[in-house]
Amino acid sequence: MVIELGHYLVLASMLFTIGVIGVFLNRENVIIILMSLELILLSISINLVAFSSFLNDSSGQIFSLFILTVAAGEAAIGLAILVVYFRNVGNIEVDQINKMSG
Amino acid sequence: MFPVLLFYIFSLAIIASALMVIFSKQPINSVLFLIFSFINAAGIFLLAGAEFLALIMVIVYVGAVAVLFLFVIMMLDFNPDTIKKEVGKHLYVGLFIGFILFLEIILMMYSPELFSYEYQIVGNTVKTNLTNTEILGNLIYTEYFLQFQISGFILLVAMIGAIVLTLRHRDYVRRQIVSDQVARDPKLSIELVDIKLKIRK
Repeated sequence: MVIELGHYLVLASMLFTIGVIGVFLNRENVIIILMSLELILLSISINLVAFSSFLNDSSGQIFSLFILTVAAGEAAIGLAILVVYFRNVGNIEVDQINKMSG
Repeated sequence: MFPVLLFYIFSLAIIASALMVIFSKQPINSVLFLIFSFINAAGIFLLAGAEFLALIMVIVYVGAVAVLFLFVIMMLDFNPDTIKKEVGKHLYVGLFIGFILFLEIILMMYSPELFSYEYQIVGNTVKTNLTNTEILGNLIYTEYFLQFQISGFILLVAMIGAIVLTLRHRDYVRRQIVSDQVARDPKLSIELVDIKLKIRK
């Protein structure tokens, strides 16, 4: 019994689905949505690392490193926007963010 | 056998903690479960043979991103009890969309055109004494140098953006204004006064 590529892919797809469900589910807290985005990026990283391991090519790990960079930047910018929004409005409920009539 | 057991333990922990991230009531619990799932993902990366990436993962995600989340949650003192719980309204829509998405991914994964052996691409295995970190370093600083620079620039832009967004000027905080300091003229600001000296007896 060995670990195959399919194991990693199923794990990553389950994690991706959980992240997408988290984006849809949480209508009360923007921070949870940002965490769900982190989960989605994590699942993509798992995919890239698994393919890089099974195709004997190290390029996938490099792209996973770039995903890590983008995830860090996205978390920083998102949380900064959240802090500014909370300072102006006073809550972070998703349902009440309708200033732009979205 | 032992790596397979480890793989199943790690992936079970990742899935369970990811579910706890999105279903937990308190945001602070969500962040802690997010940290747990990142640590287990680092274990998965170790099993896949990406040691450098696993440890970078722990350093960056657990050490920086999760601490940022914790910091923001502690700084914004919103009360979770006052937020109204409307999970039920969107639960079925979310579960439906998630189910459809998962089904699509799984069906695509098991489509015979994609994963049959006649189309399988496997790179050459090269025997080498280099460690994983050295291989990644050789690749980053030669072949992917431009992308590496661009990712550094992305981090710079993110840092400047976060500072610009959250910086605010308050009136009661006295700041240094460099242009005023440089433009200051000694003729205008220093007044020379002749003082008559008295002889004290």
